[in-house]
Parts: sequence; structure tokens; C-alpha cells
Amino acid sequence: MDDKQLSEIFKSEYSNLIAVLCNYYGLTDLQLAEDIVSDTFLRAMKAWSHKGIPEFPKAWLRKVAQNLLNEHYRRKKIYEEKITPELGARNQQINVIEITDKIIEDSQLQMIFVLCDPELNRESQLCIALRILCGFSIEEIARALLSNKETINKKIYRAKKAIKERNRIETSLTSSQYVSRLDNVLRVIYLMFNEGYYSSVNEENIRHEICWEAMRLSLFLSEQKIFPKQKIYALIALMCFHASRLDARTSGEKGDLLYHEQDKSKWNKDLIQKGRKYLNLSAAGNVVTKYHLEAAIAYWHTEEETKGKWNNILQLYNKLLTIEYSPIIAMNRTYALAHANSIDEAIQEAHKLELRDNHHYFCLLAELYHMNNNIDKEIEYLNKAIEFANKENEKELINDKLEKASR
Amino acid sequence: MKNFMMLFHSEPNPEFNPTPEQIEEEVKAWQDWMGGIGAQGKLKNPGEALGFEGKTMHADGSITDGPYAEVKEIVGGFIIVSADSIEEAIQLSNGCPALSSGGKVEVRDIMVFDGM
Repeated sequence: MDDKQLSEIFKSEYSNLIAVLCNYYGLTDLQLAEDIVSDTFLRAMKAWSHKGIPEFPKAWLRKVAQNLLNEHYRRKKIYEEKITPELGARNQQINVIEITDKIIEDSQLQMIFVLCDPELNRESQLCIALRILCGFSIEEIARALLSNKETINKKIYRAKKAIKERNRIETSLTSSQYVSRLDNVLRVIYLMFNEGYYSSVNEENIRHEICWEAMRLSLFLSEQKIFPKQKIYALIALMCFHASRLDARTSGEKGDLLYHEQDKSKWNKDLIQKGRKYLNLSAAGNVVTKYHLEAAIAYWHTEEETKGKWNNILQLYNKLLTIEYSPIIAMNRTYALAHANSIDEAIQEAHKLELRDNHHYFCLLAELYHMNNNIDKEIEYLNKAIEFANKENEKELINDKLEKASR
Repeated sequence: MKNFMMLFHSEPNPEFNPTPEQIEEEVKAWQDWMGGIGAQGKLKNPGEALGFEGKTMHADGSITDGPYAEVKEIVGGFIIVSADSIEEAIQLSNGCPALSSGGKVEVRDIMVFDGM
């Protein structure tokens, strides 16, 4: 039996099965759904280890999950009939129906919107989306988020409990609720992608998979008729452009390679092409979201160096800052300023940012002074950056720069 | 942090007919300057730029053309910034393109009404 094939099947079916169990059968208990799915996989492992993977493994899994759920209801029914006979008569009838692709798609959609609950905090949302929507194991999530299994388990447990309580009130979402929750769903997908893309862990496979999963979910959303598409297209474009550089980015021996250190021939041209396609599609209508602006910035980064390039990037950052402030946007904008206007202007502006305890900030100052051939200042700020860097690989990268500068 | 409105005053020059390049330059100067405030996390609201068309309603019900009351100077636009003090807020106007074309920047605190 091919282990890799097996784990791929399990991963891709995990969220499908849970979604169908919850939505189609009206199961509000995520934990029960997860138990049934785990049981299904266990049975599959046992059966398949003797006979090999069946011709239609997914259908096999769906059938078994369905049987297990029915069994659960039968047992529950018997229990309830014995303990409370008057309730048993009113028990809901479970019809046995084939689980079709259409049902899976509808269920998946509903699941995404129930799980991306705006009441949950960022971390919990990430954990639960990775676990239930993408089928990552607790251990994989812990590795990807630089955490441990216990913490992740706790977060997921609390999130499930919160979702279960809320869903007593919201049993099904109306189409206007879908549309109004779309922003939050996109935010979770965006977080997921960034987690995969910028994570400082060296688990290349998990990181890539998280990125692909985020793209899969947004493509899935873009195929649904009820949503306005521009925002979703912009997010897809943004992810395509970033993902095109993923291989080049993670090919460094010590941590990720920055944009200007990457081997451009390793950029994925197919994804760049797709990014352009979606960026064009996102421009229909007059909605401009931060995804549009970030996608446009990412697009310019795939272009050759021209006179206008950095000014375009700078203006997009300026615009982005009128929608949302974050230290990363502020620092990237300052770097663009050095290329578009002048290094001196960028240094002056960088000092105004006052991000006092951020090692990226001191790295930026060091880089700007490096561009200005002011070695003393470069070393001074690299030393400051080391003070605030808390991860070993980050310290190492800064040390390398210090060594180069001191030569 | 408190919010302040920054008002840009200028004296429009009807003789001045900018070329497309000059307009582009002017737009860039404004966007770069506002981007700098945004990068400090102090741009509360990017505000609006105002055009030259205007009318004024007077207490006696009469309506006159133009935003110009007794002075030639007009308000060309506004943004809202956040700062710890009005002293800090006025410092943010350093580098404002309104100043380089001979205009003025006025900073006003925005009143906060409790319970409203």
C-alpha cells in the first residue's frame, strides 16, 4: 500500500466528509463528525492493508462514513427509546442517501462559512480552518505555527465549543449572510496563505501545502454564483504572484531568501500568468480592496526593473496605507521609497516610523545605510537588530550580514 | 491619541495651466507626503481634495458664488490625522505640498462629545 497516496486521499477527503456529515445530516457536533471520520480512516487502513486501495477509494470512504453515522443514530435512537420512549417517537428520521459531489460542494461551502466565525480570534480561526477545512493533523499544525500539540488541541477544542454554541442559533445561513461573511472568510484564507508563505519554520512541505490549500479554497469560492467576484479574484491573483516565488524563496540554506536574493529563473511562469489573468478579472467594476492593491504590488515585483516600476509600487503602498496600517506595509513602503525617490529620503522617513522593538525595522535601517555606503551606521543597526531578533535562524542571517559588512 | 483635522489653504492662480506632467508630479507629491503619515500609523482618514466650484448660503438667505468670503484664499482639501498633541499634529505637516506652493496648513482638534 502506498503511504503517500493514502495520506493524500485522507487529507483531501477529511474536510469533505466532515462537511457532509455536519451539513447534510445536520450534525452540529463537530467532535462527533471528527470521530466518525477518524473511525472511517481507521477502517480503511485495516481493510486496504490486506486488499490494497480500492478502485474508488473516495466512494468507499463516503459509504463507510455514512454507515457509521447511521449506526450512531440507530444506537442513539435505541438509547432514547429505552430511556425516554415519548421522545423516541418524535425522533428525526434519517434517510439514507448517496453522498454526491453536489452535496459535498454545498456542504463544503456552508462549512467554510460556519467555521470562519468572526467571533473567533485569529489563531483559533487559523487552527480550525487548517484542521477541518484542510485536513492537517494537529501535529502538522503545531509545526507550521511554531507551537505544540497541547496548545493547538486546546485552541481547536475551544473553537469547536464556541461554534457549536453559536450554531444552535444559526442553523443555516441565508444567501445574504453568506455575502456579508465573505470578508471574514477571505481574511481567514489570506491569513492561512501568509502563514504558509512567511512562516519561519523549515517544514517546506507543510508550508507549500498550506499555500495551495488557501488557493484551493479561494478558487472554490470564486466558482460560487452568489458572491461578488472582484475581491475573490484579487485575492487569488495576489496568491498566484506570491506562490510563483515560493520555490525560489524557500531554496535558501539558511532561512528564506528575500526578493532581491532570489534566483528569478526559479519563478513559476505559469502562476505569474494565472496571476495576471485574475488581476485583470478583478479589475471589472470599481471595487478597490487591499487585496487588489497587494496583488498589483506583487504583479510589479514580477516585472523587470524599469524607471516607473518602483514609483508604481510606492504609490500602491501609499494607497494601501490609507486603507490599513501595519508595520510591515510601512516598512515595505519605505524600502520602495528608497528606489523610487532617493535613499536619503527613505532614511529620513524610516527614522519617523519609530518601530522601536522590531528587528525587521532595524534590518531595514541597516539595509538603507548599506545602500548609502554608510558602513558604520549599517553595523550599528545590525547590532540593534540582533538584540531584538528572537529566533535562531533570524539571528544567524543578521550575523552573516554583520560579517559581510565588517570585512 | 487624539484626532485632528488638517486643512490645506491656498490661493488659486487662474493663470496657471499645468501640463499633464506637472499634474502627475503634484499628485505624486501629495501621495508621497500622505503615505509618509500613513507609514507612521497616523493617517486616520485620507479625507478629500476639494474643487474650485462653490456656493455660499448667507444668514439672510442670499446665495453667492464661490467659496471665497472676504479672502482670496480657499480650502483645497483636508485629511484627518491622529497624534498625541496638537504640537505633534502640526509637525506632521512638514513636507506638505501645500506649503511648497505658498499655501498654509491649519490643524484643528476634533471635538469629542461623550454619549453622543
